[in-house]
Amino acid sequence: MLEIFQYDFMVRAFEAGIAIGIIAPLIGMFLVVRRYSLMADTLAHVSFAGVAIGLLLQINPIFSAIGFSVVSAFGIEYLSNSRRIFGESVLALFLSGSLAVAVIILSLAKGFNANLFSYLFGSISTVSTTDLWVTLALAVIVFLNVVLLYKELFFASFDAELAEASGLPVKMLNIMMVMLAAVAIALSLRIVGVLLIGALMVIPAISAMQYGRSFRFTLILSVIFSLVSVIVGLFASYYFDLASGGAIVLVALFIFLVSLGFARKG
Amino acid sequence: MQLEEPYIELDNVSFSYDHNPVLENLSFTVRRGEYLGIIGPNGGGKTTLIKIILGLLHPTRGNVKLFGTDRHDFKEKHRIGYVPQRVTQNDKDFPATVFEVVRTGRIARLGFFERFTKKDTEVVNRAMEISGISRYRDTLIGNLSGGERQRVFIARALASEPDVLILDEPTVGVDIGAQKTFYEFLAQLNSEHHLTIIFISHDVDAVSQETKTVLCLNHNLVCHGLAQDLLNEHILERLYGGHKQRVPHNPNKPNKHEHA
Repeated sequence: MLEIFQYDFMVRAFEAGIAIGIIAPLIGMFLVVRRYSLMADTLAHVSFAGVAIGLLLQINPIFSAIGFSVVSAFGIEYLSNSRRIFGESVLALFLSGSLAVAVIILSLAKGFNANLFSYLFGSISTVSTTDLWVTLALAVIVFLNVVLLYKELFFASFDAELAEASGLPVKMLNIMMVMLAAVAIALSLRIVGVLLIGALMVIPAISAMQYGRSFRFTLILSVIFSLVSVIVGLFASYYFDLASGGAIVLVALFIFLVSLGFARKG
Repeated sequence: MQLEEPYIELDNVSFSYDHNPVLENLSFTVRRGEYLGIIGPNGGGKTTLIKIILGLLHPTRGNVKLFGTDRHDFKEKHRIGYVPQRVTQNDKDFPATVFEVVRTGRIARLGFFERFTKKDTEVVNRAMEISGISRYRDTLIGNLSGGERQRVFIARALASEPDVLILDEPTVGVDIGAQKTFYEFLAQLNSEHHLTIIFISHDVDAVSQETKTVLCLNHNLVCHGLAQDLLNEHILERLYGGHKQRVPHNPNKPNKHEHA
């Protein structure tokens, strides 16, 4: 067996990483085609505020991050639908607002700064057994939602008005989508980090789109690209002592450049 | 003569956006087999009317019945096929093939979590064949021309096996040559496939030449009846306030209605 897998924390990092590697692009693809890429970054910052709250209240940050980001996801959808504020401005509002909350909590309690830092860029040594189980369980729920509601999510993303005219509950599907995104992002914070999770959701999707194939094929391809990025990134992170989030996203970027080259040739 | 079964019935329907009246006291019936053109100035409420029929907007007053059922209780959404105005929509970069787009037409017939069946695929293939886009099955929707894309959205509507086909400005962005074949195709759907067609256009001449009946809409019903009886200068002036110069309808050109 490889030396890397003799450490329990690495095994946990890989297991959680693979779960995230599958669900991040599944959700990311739907965000990208809806021109909603910024949603991933916004929810990541919201989760970060959730982590800070968790550390302050001394509860497992993964729970506070999920709770806070799901509630905020509701708020984002509500404000966007109210049409009093532009959708993009709502995202900016939540992105900077939650960062402000996180920073204030940071300065209130100086004790856990180092710990919080690992959430910014991702760290492989920090996935606890509880984190792993929560991640696996919720990842299965997110995955099943996307697979079982694939045709509805596809239709609502392709043309919301047509989908509504066909009797689909488009508003409900949108809220569900954003909540799934909130969960997926909160789960990814440990390994990929606040500042880079948006990249793991978006880059595999746009790489896969370069091949000009069907939506289904593109979605599967984005999952493959994401898994390769996570696995190679985690190896690199271990052997070269790099921040895991950065390593994963650099691999994803490399795949994107190769895909872009392919598209130009083809 | 016995009247055909009523498919769409509006009774005194009014609609306002933020207290600005868009439609006022609209009453009319569309019957099985009709080929109806809806004309009127921009902002006259054409698209609003369609959205009310589709259940996307709810009338402020009045009743709508679809296939004899009150709109609140109407569940058979697949019976109305809708072809929206395409050009303004930005779905060109959407990574979906023609087949995937046309297949969304089957979703109104399926329940949540239900998967597409072999029969769905057969109907989708037939809809693509009727619309003449079978050879683009695996082509990305963004790689098609305006006219081809229009046909994809018609095939999508046909895939739900509808009784009524509603088209909103279907020829905008389609070149003249393709428009002609497109109108022939619609006439064929109406006569051979017995599809009831409602066709919105700002193009008075296209409507007067292609459709059998016409509905003129400018907030309220300006006229409704047989195309050749109605489209005279008087009506058009009421409709467009005398600003629109109408190109005279050439009676020597072939068209779908008879001249008295």
